[in-house]
Amino acid sequence: MLQINNLTTRYGAIAALRGVSLSVEAEEIVGLIGPNGAGKTTLLNSVAGLLRPAEGDIYLNGERVAGSSPDAMLRLGLALVPEHRRLFSQMSVAENLKIGGVSVGAKERAQLMDECVDLFPVLGRKWETRAGFLSGGEAQQLAVARALMSNPRIILMDEPSLGLAPMLVDLIFDLVDRLRREGKTLLVVEQNATRLLQVADRAYVLRTHEIVAQGRASDLLQRDDLFDVFVGRPRGEGDD
Amino acid sequence: MTDLVQTLIDGLGRGSIYALLALGIALIFGVMHLLNFAHGETVTVGAYIAYASLVEMELSWWVTAILIFFGAIAISVVIEFVAFRWVRGAEDFTMLLTSFGVVFVVQAFFVMYAGATVRSFPRPEWADRVWQVGDLNVGVIDVVTIGATAISLAVTAYVLRRTMFGTSLRAAAEDFDAARLMGVRSNRVIRQAFIVAGALAGVAAVFYLMRTGQARPVVGLAPMLKGILAAIVGGLGSLSGAVLGGFVLGITEVVLRAWLPEYLVGLTDAVVFAFIGLFFVFRPQGLIPVEAGERV
Repeated sequence: MLQINNLTTRYGAIAALRGVSLSVEAEEIVGLIGPNGAGKTTLLNSVAGLLRPAEGDIYLNGERVAGSSPDAMLRLGLALVPEHRRLFSQMSVAENLKIGGVSVGAKERAQLMDECVDLFPVLGRKWETRAGFLSGGEAQQLAVARALMSNPRIILMDEPSLGLAPMLVDLIFDLVDRLRREGKTLLVVEQNATRLLQVADRAYVLRTHEIVAQGRASDLLQRDDLFDVFVGRPRGEGDD
Repeated sequence: MTDLVQTLIDGLGRGSIYALLALGIALIFGVMHLLNFAHGETVTVGAYIAYASLVEMELSWWVTAILIFFGAIAISVVIEFVAFRWVRGAEDFTMLLTSFGVVFVVQAFFVMYAGATVRSFPRPEWADRVWQVGDLNVGVIDVVTIGATAISLAVTAYVLRRTMFGTSLRAAAEDFDAARLMGVRSNRVIRQAFIVAGALAGVAAVFYLMRTGQARPVVGLAPMLKGILAAIVGGLGSLSGAVLGGFVLGITEVVLRAWLPEYLVGLTDAVVFAFIGLFFVFRPQGLIPVEAGERV
């Protein structure tokens, strides 16, 4: 469904991604894990159209899409739940959902809004509340619901559990699993690598701007050489 | 008490024009992070449209007002397309310099093709009428300006709050990239912002030109400066702040004109700027900061 070939993205002269290749099949959860600064967010932003890749290709359902604008990617069925959610904090929950459905017709938008409220009942209760006043968990649910408003086939999620309490982290990963069961395809970036690999089918490990490992999620969980990715620090550092 | 009400009416009349201009400036700032010094050129173009319409074609003020309104929208869109589209995404300073460049190009155009001299055109005959209400002298032009401004602001508020177009505009103003991720088309939303800002400036230009009755290459400079000041005083990027800033600026001007000693009246603008400088010492974030107020 999504194929990335030899992707390189630069910030000026500095390469934030170097020759990254990965693929995501339909109705699959693929994890992208790695230490801070590895280039995970850069990869998602490059795919979603926020950054223009310097080299390489991106194919979505067989169509070459590298360098397309974010709105073009959305219309092709790819939505991004960005890092730190980036909700419109001055706008209400309802308005955030409405803007999420800007690419669909009014009738479909109304139907999708109803579906989002069914999926996230808390949003219905906070309908007129400004997004800036939501708790972390509510805000994350709104961020996912807003992405669903375009009825995407593939959803990229950047750090969905960032800053959430453990109970809410479970809620978010349950949601990821549920979305897949409802036919969505997901590419998820997450610092909480162990938790992500418990729900993902496959995963890629990004370290110093390159893919260094890939495979079935259950196999990667057993890999001792990925200790720093799972724990967030090199082995031996701070062990005592 | 009568003096106070009189000052308030005069100030609201003057402040209405600043509020309309400030609103457009705040809107464009929100979407592009551009402090658009070229916004006053909508008034300059409107002034020459008024001269051509009223003097050369001898059309009525009703027709002229419509021509000014649509002329302002057209020049606003043309400026975005010709100048700002090419520097979008550049440093804020680059866009600022571009806006200065547009001002000089428009002024030079009119100097070359219309001359640097002042070209006067007739003001509407009702513009000088005054209604006597008790002890108050209410200028008809003030009442009409305030009324038209109220309608314009109500329509703008409705559009921004209740339509998909307005929601997209507000979203883009708050976080442009996040809005693009939602499917908002960047070219379209920026063009729409310039259309709305041009329409608001068109209304302001009609009433400004009804008062001045003059066209010259730099006629847009003063209202542009006041509009920008009003937007900054209100809290740059804040919709309600821009409108409030416009009215505060207008009322301050009228109060100073009425209360300053006669030998200082010529320095009213200088005193206004001094007051604004003092205001920013105590409240640099403006009257309604973006964090607290409603962003455009």
